[in-house]
Amino acid sequence: MSDIFINTVLTLDASVRVCIPLIFASMAGLFAERSGVVDIGLEGKLLMSAFIAASAAVVFGSPWIGLLAGIFASSVLAMVHGFASITYKGNQIVSGVAINILAAGLTMILSLAWFRKAGITPTLKNDQRFLSIDLPGIELMDHVPILGVIYRELISGHNILVYLAFAIVPMVWWVVFKTRFGLRLRAVGENPKAVDTAGISVESLRYKALLIGGILCGIGGVYLSTAYNAQFVKDMTAGSGFIALAALIFGKWHPYKVLAACFLFAFLDAISIRLQGIIIPGIGEIPVQLIEATPYILTIILLAGFIGKAVPPKASAQPYIKEL
Amino acid sequence: MAESNIAIELINVDKHFGAVHANDKVNLSVQTGTIHGIVGENGAGKSTLMSILYGFYQADSGQIKVFNKDFRAISSKQSIEAGIGMVHQHFMLVDNFTVLENVVLGSEGGALITESLSNARIELTRLAKEYGLEVELDVAVEELSVGMQQRVEILKGLYKGAKVLILDEPTGVLTPQESDELFRIFEALKNQGVTIILITHKLREIMSITDHVSVMRAGKMVAHRETSKTNPEELAELMIGRKVLLNIEKSKAKTGNPVLVAKNLEIKNEQGLKRVSDVSFEARSGEILGIAGVTGNGQGTLLKALAGILPISNGSIEIMGQTITSKNSLNPEQLRDLGVAHVPEDRQRMGMISEFTASETALLGYHKDKTINQGVWLKRALVKANCESMMEAFDVRPNNPNLMSSNFSGGNQQKLILAREFERDPDLLIIGQPTRGVDIGAIEFIRKRIIDMRDAGKAIILISVELEEIMSLSDRIVVMCDGEITGMVNGKDADEATLGMMMANALPTEEISEGVKL
Repeated sequence: MSDIFINTVLTLDASVRVCIPLIFASMAGLFAERSGVVDIGLEGKLLMSAFIAASAAVVFGSPWIGLLAGIFASSVLAMVHGFASITYKGNQIVSGVAINILAAGLTMILSLAWFRKAGITPTLKNDQRFLSIDLPGIELMDHVPILGVIYRELISGHNILVYLAFAIVPMVWWVVFKTRFGLRLRAVGENPKAVDTAGISVESLRYKALLIGGILCGIGGVYLSTAYNAQFVKDMTAGSGFIALAALIFGKWHPYKVLAACFLFAFLDAISIRLQGIIIPGIGEIPVQLIEATPYILTIILLAGFIGKAVPPKASAQPYIKEL
Repeated sequence: MAESNIAIELINVDKHFGAVHANDKVNLSVQTGTIHGIVGENGAGKSTLMSILYGFYQADSGQIKVFNKDFRAISSKQSIEAGIGMVHQHFMLVDNFTVLENVVLGSEGGALITESLSNARIELTRLAKEYGLEVELDVAVEELSVGMQQRVEILKGLYKGAKVLILDEPTGVLTPQESDELFRIFEALKNQGVTIILITHKLREIMSITDHVSVMRAGKMVAHRETSKTNPEELAELMIGRKVLLNIEKSKAKTGNPVLVAKNLEIKNEQGLKRVSDVSFEARSGEILGIAGVTGNGQGTLLKALAGILPISNGSIEIMGQTITSKNSLNPEQLRDLGVAHVPEDRQRMGMISEFTASETALLGYHKDKTINQGVWLKRALVKANCESMMEAFDVRPNNPNLMSSNFSGGNQQKLILAREFERDPDLLIIGQPTRGVDIGAIEFIRKRIIDMRDAGKAIILISVELEEIMSLSDRIVVMCDGEITGMVNGKDADEATLGMMMANALPTEEISEGVKL
């Protein structure tokens, strides 16, 4: 088997692992923005959830309790965002930025108070984490050329949250496009007045959307500290929330396209690590920073209208004020 | 009048918005199966009253009965359940949804929409046939004409089981032909027993279509009449509380030389879409050139280009000896220096800054004027004094230059903006929608001022969606449809039917060529 093939599979495998928090966060953002609430606080919610999940997993000795705690923490922040931007009709960007700053600060202070270390939680033991699962039939598949390697390295051997992430995308699509809630969600993000005059509460719809977003973002954070890593580290989200937001725009608020964007951005991230120090003939060494910046650059190019057009939900970022 | 025949009864309904008494102990009773008109000036409280009935606002006090049952709505949900539907002035439609999805929204039936949509399709096809409301169900609403969108709104109401349909200024966005079509639908609805409440400020509609009419003034219900026993003059007087001159008298125009000559103009809007193509006309001093058309047929884009806000992509404009082409454009400031004044269509967004004081709004665009600008500082006292004299001259109330612009009523904001542009003594005035959202008293005042400017030898280009305004003011009328000029007539020869045909570009070909000759 050639090295190039193995390397490609391994890079894709790394992309899958990097991609997971992006998927959860961007699906969270999809619900929020489809309802007309801009959610720039994805980053903060990921971070808070990662910290609380790792803490709870250490203290209670179970990743499942960590999962619930992480979801809870992220949902609380989502509701704070809702309170400021739905009930009090505040500026959604400001509220989101506040949540990011709050999460960055709180995780530092709480870790110091609980574990006497600033920005770090104790390392999780294996039974406190979500571990990789081997899918059945691995031995059997090993005898099949090419597919065997793909099955072993790429498809099998991930933790449960990875599989959950990929299962959630079609579910999001189904909820958004096939259910009554989805119809109303899309309507409230485009024209909240039409929803209000149809006898449906705009506020309640937006709160529901944010709550779903809080839960999804929470799972993304849990993945970071209890599955992908084995502890919480200061600023461990490293901009995932913002990249998720970029993927949301790049995928034009459509679940499958957003998934593709998440994977593209994760792939760029995985490749940037592998390309470190490698000299490409004719080009020379590519600065890692350039590749890392690519998601943002692509998003800016998209927003500038060079690749198709990203039209956000019309009522996005506007608080709903009842008037004729 | 038998008790059981009353569909809607309002008793002492009262509503405040802060200091504004929007509805002052209003009483109203609407008979089942009739068309009931509610007329009043802008801000008289008609829309508020109907929004209370529709559950959008809640009354402070008073009682409402719907089909003789006590009724209290905390949201539109209760109103819909009670059989009330409302077609708002600005449609409550989700633009990128299909007609079907829009109709179903809010009354889906089940948690999944596939079944709701197919049920709705059957029901809508039936309704469409019954009332003559044919609409394509699978088209996105944004691709439909305004008239069609309105049909969707009516269908929405009927689908939700409305037995009382409230329509707020339904003809404001329609061509005369579309309006006639709407009235035909009203008749069909009435024959099926649907009760219609029509809010309007157009007396012609009230006279031609309603059975009863109620008049509101300053939040109060001032009169109820049977339509057959009243007349437009009486209603107008009731609306504003004094006699009003609806037909402005004007002498014959003393037309002079061309001030602006537009040749083969092609203009793209902010999104880069071509909205005006091959438009040529000239504006002469001492006359009012009216540009008529249904909203969104390129007039707005044309106006912006004439004012220097949008560039032209083809053709030329000659203004006072200067030629503007796609390569050589003038910005609004340069045009202003040439003696061009511009009253924008959207006064809230382009004519003023809501958070500025009146004296600052009265200065916008002229802040570089040497008499008030001394380098770094403005001469505040002079700015204020100027504003005071403008307010005096144009009867802006309250007469307070320090008040925030947003605290003035629509009519007074407009008068302030007109004062700002008129007082600079321009040679060419470009005016968009001078009386939109302005009460009758101010309309009369503003129109007289425009005529005064004409008589002072200014060239005036007037764009308005109010056909009546175009007809009563213009010396010549250009009609636009779909970005092109579809007709040109002399003001005194214009009649509504011909203009309406031109606005829909539905005039037989020989008549167009005849019209253009004029």
